[in-house]
Amino acid sequence: MAEQLSWKVGGQQGEGIESTGEIFSMALNRLGYYLYGYRHFSSRIKGGHTNNKIRVSTRKVSAVADDLDILVAFDQETIDVNYHELHKDGIIIADTKFNPVKPEDTDAAFYAVPFTDIATELGTSLMKNMVAVGATCAIINLDVSVFQGVVEEIFGRKGETVVQKNMEAIQQGYDYMKENMASGNSALELPPADGNKRMFMIGNDAIALGALAAGVRLMAAYPITPASEIMEYLIKKLPKVGGTVIQTEDEIAAVTMAIGANYGGIRSFTASAGPGLSLMMEAIGLSGMTETPLVIVDTQRGGPSTGLPTKQEQSDLMAMIYGTHGEIPKVVIAPGTAEEGFYDTIEAFNIAEEYQVPVIVLSDLQLSLGKHTVDPLDYSKINIRRGKLVKEGIPEAENKAYFKRYEVTEDGVSPRVIPGVANGIHHVTGVEHDETGKPSESPANRKAQMDKRMRKLDNLHAVFPEPVYKNAKHDDADLLLIGFNSTGGVIEEAMERLEADGLKVNHARVRLVHPFPTDEILPLIESAKNVAVVENNATGQLASIVKMNAGYPQKIKSILKYDGNPFQPHHIVNSSKELI
Amino acid sequence: MATFKEFRNNVKPNWCPGCGDFSVQAAIQRAAANVGLTPEKLAVISGIGCSGRISGYINSYGLHGIHGRALPIAQGVKMANKDLTVIASGGDGDGFAIGMGHTIHAMRRNIDLTYIVMDNQIYGLTKGQTSPRSAAGFQTKSTPLGSIEQTLSPMQLAVTTGATFVAQSFSTDLKDLTAIIEAGINHKGFSLINVFSPCVTYNKVNTYDWFKENLTKLADIEGYDPSSREIAMNTLMKHDDLVTGIIYQDKERPSYQELVKGYSETPLSEAELNLDEAAFDQLVKEFM
Repeated sequence: MAEQLSWKVGGQQGEGIESTGEIFSMALNRLGYYLYGYRHFSSRIKGGHTNNKIRVSTRKVSAVADDLDILVAFDQETIDVNYHELHKDGIIIADTKFNPVKPEDTDAAFYAVPFTDIATELGTSLMKNMVAVGATCAIINLDVSVFQGVVEEIFGRKGETVVQKNMEAIQQGYDYMKENMASGNSALELPPADGNKRMFMIGNDAIALGALAAGVRLMAAYPITPASEIMEYLIKKLPKVGGTVIQTEDEIAAVTMAIGANYGGIRSFTASAGPGLSLMMEAIGLSGMTETPLVIVDTQRGGPSTGLPTKQEQSDLMAMIYGTHGEIPKVVIAPGTAEEGFYDTIEAFNIAEEYQVPVIVLSDLQLSLGKHTVDPLDYSKINIRRGKLVKEGIPEAENKAYFKRYEVTEDGVSPRVIPGVANGIHHVTGVEHDETGKPSESPANRKAQMDKRMRKLDNLHAVFPEPVYKNAKHDDADLLLIGFNSTGGVIEEAMERLEADGLKVNHARVRLVHPFPTDEILPLIESAKNVAVVENNATGQLASIVKMNAGYPQKIKSILKYDGNPFQPHHIVNSSKELI
Repeated sequence: MATFKEFRNNVKPNWCPGCGDFSVQAAIQRAAANVGLTPEKLAVISGIGCSGRISGYINSYGLHGIHGRALPIAQGVKMANKDLTVIASGGDGDGFAIGMGHTIHAMRRNIDLTYIVMDNQIYGLTKGQTSPRSAAGFQTKSTPLGSIEQTLSPMQLAVTTGATFVAQSFSTDLKDLTAIIEAGINHKGFSLINVFSPCVTYNKVNTYDWFKENLTKLADIEGYDPSSREIAMNTLMKHDDLVTGIIYQDKERPSYQELVKGYSETPLSEAELNLDEAAFDQLVKEFM
């Protein structure tokens, strides 16, 4: 029996590949298995090879598997592009419709199954995906009845007949495979799961849910891959709390509308990817200069320019930390899992209001779009902190003196009053200003206001929850692996293998990317014999940040991947061994 | 009830003596008092340029943002607090060059706010370059041989883009301008008010005298009906856009906020942010 199973379905984009994976995953998730799915797709509506690789396990998995157990192919390209991932006990099941050819150099078993023919006989070739799901069940010895609930949910509104037909397609796929499969391949049978109910979601769902839990009332956004799911979720949910999503004319409008709404006293945000973030840079400076809270989600994808819009990359890091002209206090948080995406998004809104700064929640395509099983989210951990927000009780000033919205205070944070509040009138401008917001070019005032703004984040390291995730049990590690965002899962898996080979490996995943938590990470760097920063970009951006803050430029090496695909464990295992 | 003096603050504008923007400032202050506002219920959101400084010269809440982006900021403010009166303002460069995309979409969207453009047909703060409102042939530092681009007509554009309130005025005509701003504030939806506000330093063509000579008051055109788009377009074309008054108004179309499904009846800025546990559990279940 396998502890886990790696299953991939592939074909032409637009022929239901995604929904095949979706139905398969949903049913297994409900049985209590942990799922981790990663979609390979292109920036077009129809056509082009697409595949959905899904890992099923009885314990939590957070990385794309190295190898493959079952490959379901709806075209020859799926076989040709992916068969090399199959191990020797793996199986290819391919639709007879395209006269599939088995590659010569594989030990994997090969079955041509009449997916389309069976489906067509049942009424429509659209159900070929269901036949494939049924055939898969036969291989892994899974009772097809587990699909009843899922099929009812998806097709229920189309009527009872459609539900029955789809279930029949699954059953016939199962029966066909059972009859034709060579017996005794128990290596692909899954042990039973614990039956616990868990969430199954993409990272963007978790971020959107976090925004909702944080009390967001307005999201202003412009569609872009891989961020759009955040606005798509919230357009359904925000009306239930009196709010809405506005699809703006561009990303500049999105971010400035969010700034206006925050200035107006509500929690508002936007989400985009690299190209959108590039357009938002001037406005981020406005938020920093006017000390208006702002949250932006950046779901990184392949850059530069349009780059690789549907592929994994982590190359926005420097732009997110340093982007916008001039100098402002800014926070960049990089969740590594969907759970963190939820909690960190809530925290981003709290920090934005408490410190009156722009906060960027940095994600990446693998985290944002990878669909996986998520541990229960804890309602009691949701808290809302609005900092020095003043909504009433301001005494009347003499001679129309403005409220000191930018009062120089010890912690740098000034009381923030919102429009509509009596006696709180002040000016807000991106021009350098005095304590009441009125423009000022006085050198003494400039220095006082600059210093005030820049010291606001001095204590953030002390209060931010877990600035660095550490799995570091060794005082004398042979290797310290450092990463951020979605690479956390694959690093953990590589660690296990390296440890099994006798190496002592520590892992540090930077969650608060800026301001950089040097004190948290420095001892781990100092005590490790070797240090490698793992990241999906070509120039080693995180490595540069680490060196800049913690030193050790010779000791810190890079493991990089920037071909558009995520790391798999073997990449990191092999590169680590070469470095040591 | 507040008087217009309560909308004055103690800041001295840094505009040139004789600048048309002084009158626009006075008209906003008078209109705000006339419609019964108190200073804390008014938010003036402005862009960058000489005219963008106006939010700092009125005793009200105000935000002086970035070049060309007054409108999206203003729309965000209004969405956050529907009880505020929101005025966006800036120059012709701000609204019709760098910010033109936002202007068009704000008109389509129809969020209830008043956008006042101080149109001097030139870039003043950067010391005299051409604007989209400059006439063809207009000589400036950036067009020493005369502008070879077509003049933009914001009023015709507004009428065809779906704006529900389109008006034009002249800064010296304080009474008319005040009345138009009042009408704009009272209009339930997006109001565009283009105000000819001469630049006495850099525009030696479109001067006070030039406007006095060339402007036609719609009130003087017998039977002018601002509810007709067709009449509005014909009149604008006939007079080369040089008319003042309410050019077009659609009183029927609901504002954006009235159309948003589920939008809060009370200002969102007053909402309790906590999501209750039952609602949260339901959201979680949907992912299982």
